[in-house]
Amino acid sequence: MLPVKSALELEQLRDSIIAGRDPAKPSIALCSGSGCHAYGSEKVAAAFEEEIQRRGLAGKVDFRRTGCHGLCEKGPVVIIYPNDICYVQVAVGDVPEILAETIENGRAVERLLYVDPVTQERIVSEKDIPFYKYQNRLIFGNNPKISPKHIEDYIALGGYSALSKVLTQMTPEQVLDEVDRANVRGRGGAGFPAGKKWRTCREAPGDIKYVAVNCDEGDPGAYMDRSLMEGNPHEILEGLIIGAYTIGAHEGFIYIRAEYPLAVDNLRVALRQAEEYGFLGEDILGSGFNFKVVVHRGAGAFVSGESSALMTSIEGKAGEPRPKYVRTSVVGIWDRPTCLNNVETWANIPVIINEGAEWYRSLGTKGSSGTKIFSLVGKVNNTGLVEVPMGMTLRDIVFKIGGGIPNGKKFKAVQTGGPSGGCIPEDQLDVPVDFDELTKLGSMMGSGGMIVMDEDTCMVDMARYFLEFLSDESCGKCIPCRVGIGVMLQILNNICEGKGKPGDIEILEDVAKVVKEGSLCALGTTAANPVLTTLRYFRSEYEEHINNQRCPAGVCKSLIRYHIKPEACRACLLCLENCSMMAISGWLRRVHIIDQEKCNKCGTCLEICPPLYNAVEKIWFKELPEPVAAGTKVPRLREGVR
Amino acid sequence: MEFDLIDEIIDGYKCDQSKLVQIFLDVQIKTRWLSPETLKHISDRLNLPLSQLYHVASFYKAFHLEPRGRNVLAVCVGTACHVRGAQRILDKASEIIGTPPDSTTADEKFSLDTVNCLGCCALGPVVVMNGETHGKVQVSQVEELLRNCK
Repeated sequence: MLPVKSALELEQLRDSIIAGRDPAKPSIALCSGSGCHAYGSEKVAAAFEEEIQRRGLAGKVDFRRTGCHGLCEKGPVVIIYPNDICYVQVAVGDVPEILAETIENGRAVERLLYVDPVTQERIVSEKDIPFYKYQNRLIFGNNPKISPKHIEDYIALGGYSALSKVLTQMTPEQVLDEVDRANVRGRGGAGFPAGKKWRTCREAPGDIKYVAVNCDEGDPGAYMDRSLMEGNPHEILEGLIIGAYTIGAHEGFIYIRAEYPLAVDNLRVALRQAEEYGFLGEDILGSGFNFKVVVHRGAGAFVSGESSALMTSIEGKAGEPRPKYVRTSVVGIWDRPTCLNNVETWANIPVIINEGAEWYRSLGTKGSSGTKIFSLVGKVNNTGLVEVPMGMTLRDIVFKIGGGIPNGKKFKAVQTGGPSGGCIPEDQLDVPVDFDELTKLGSMMGSGGMIVMDEDTCMVDMARYFLEFLSDESCGKCIPCRVGIGVMLQILNNICEGKGKPGDIEILEDVAKVVKEGSLCALGTTAANPVLTTLRYFRSEYEEHINNQRCPAGVCKSLIRYHIKPEACRACLLCLENCSMMAISGWLRRVHIIDQEKCNKCGTCLEICPPLYNAVEKIWFKELPEPVAAGTKVPRLREGVR
Repeated sequence: MEFDLIDEIIDGYKCDQSKLVQIFLDVQIKTRWLSPETLKHISDRLNLPLSQLYHVASFYKAFHLEPRGRNVLAVCVGTACHVRGAQRILDKASEIIGTPPDSTTADEKFSLDTVNCLGCCALGPVVVMNGETHGKVQVSQVEELLRNCK
């Protein structure tokens, strides 16, 4: 029956896959995304496989490793169908109980269910967990239902029906109109309308054209493209083939970070299977359309995620950007028209074709339709990947879905858009998130990183951090970016070290303007955003650093001191023994004292001091108290304290 | 011996010059770093100037032009880990190992790497010691982590 040769054959194949499956048969989906993998999900998977054999359940239950489910905070996550029971933080030791109770006896294991932090209620189904309840997982939602290594899973869920519709019932022009009307904007950062880009590429002169997928996800703190590529590669592939047909390309490239080995593996398996099933190669679905895909692994360069740099990299050269007086959709890879879109953008295409542009536009806001996947990380209770309709407010994302800030701390800012984005303060939290609104705030959508910061985060240090990253990653080709970022970084380093001078802020603003206007590519033109937004919303923190040599959040190392409270110290020797600088003196029954000259402020003493004593403090808001004399005895022990 | 492996990789890509980055990646999996001899050999086989190879190899962060340590500690300095104190972990590791970030000790015992996001932000701060991920690391745990390395 393979390869599939027509739309009818595809439907027959789908029917036969579905008919071969018993909907009542239990199936276990274990998340093996990067987060759960780090929690040790592979060991849990091995335990499941072994235990299924041991109990003679082989054939009676399906087990699959899937891509990321989203709730990374509670990994490893297991979902059991058809009852839709969700278990969190599953360990190897829990496996026999899950199989015995849930699979054999059909009961939920209470202690493994998610506990609502507010009501303390145990929640059985994934969809009732607050983290998921407010989401609309249009693109990302199929991850738990699919094994990325089995194309049948994707086909059973209606996969490749959009491709078959496009190839057999639509002209390229009609597809283009549909994508245009859906107003899907590039999910990679800039938000350029995909339809417009496709049209430019389609109409560009030349016989040979290319399509390309940008999976060079370099934003630190963002991993949604990776999770999509790892979990559901066929969704991206289907979008890409539709794009190729529309534009008239017969060759496609997938640029993927080499740091994502699992994504590369899963993609290669997906490509092989798609070829075998006839969705790639010659005469796809009997339509006469030919298309092949080449995988190109990146090698670790943030700037290579920029469109022209990515194309230079595909040509086998150093991935440096080039001037774009002519767009890459007209002059791209090997000077041929190339349509490059982000992973998530391509993954949106099958949905648009299946559901129609009108339906798609009903999601989201006027200017930005559809949903967007964000990676919600940092100082937030529910770290993970969330997919929401455009237009949801930041407050809802951080507090309703993210569950707020851990440890009772106060929210300070949320950073969106990666290193080129900006920090948004609390009073702007009710702004609906879409491409235009975030730009108005001086930040940007970017690829969807969302890093939450609490009161313990220093905003000057944050700006310094991003500029350090960007100065590392600047390719150095154009002067405004190379020198400008360096100058700003130097000033910020000085400020963080307490060496800031009056006038520094003004110089920062001047240089930022030059870098913004004079740089060659988007890395440079957006590099000043972290500085400008922190200056716009947190100027007082800069002034505090410069004028009073104080870091209000207690982060900047040069501006803090560690101190042992003599009245609280129990002389337990713990900090003294663990100080690698040998900066702590004292002895049994003698108060420990930190030698400020030797201290390198690593903070080990604060971390290691037993919470019962809580004797070490970080001082940044007041003068260091006068040191006690060496050899001072610790006060008499209180009762119950050893 | 080593060149046989390299030749196999280059032949796999049909000596295609545009596959240079892919060839480097595959070669480095086998050899751990790109030695001057390796670069020279690839340059001869692909008929590309050595300067261009060096340009590419030094441009991308994934390529190592110096020998790697027997043990590799990678500290994630992505934004999510940064706000959770990754810099302090890195400082501590650098101090114990005795080499600045992104370098290898003279005795080739350790390489200390920084990486920008490993995609497991829920576990931040994260380090990877010889391929094994450790999450929610505290400064006081770093020494323990490095202790048993040969």
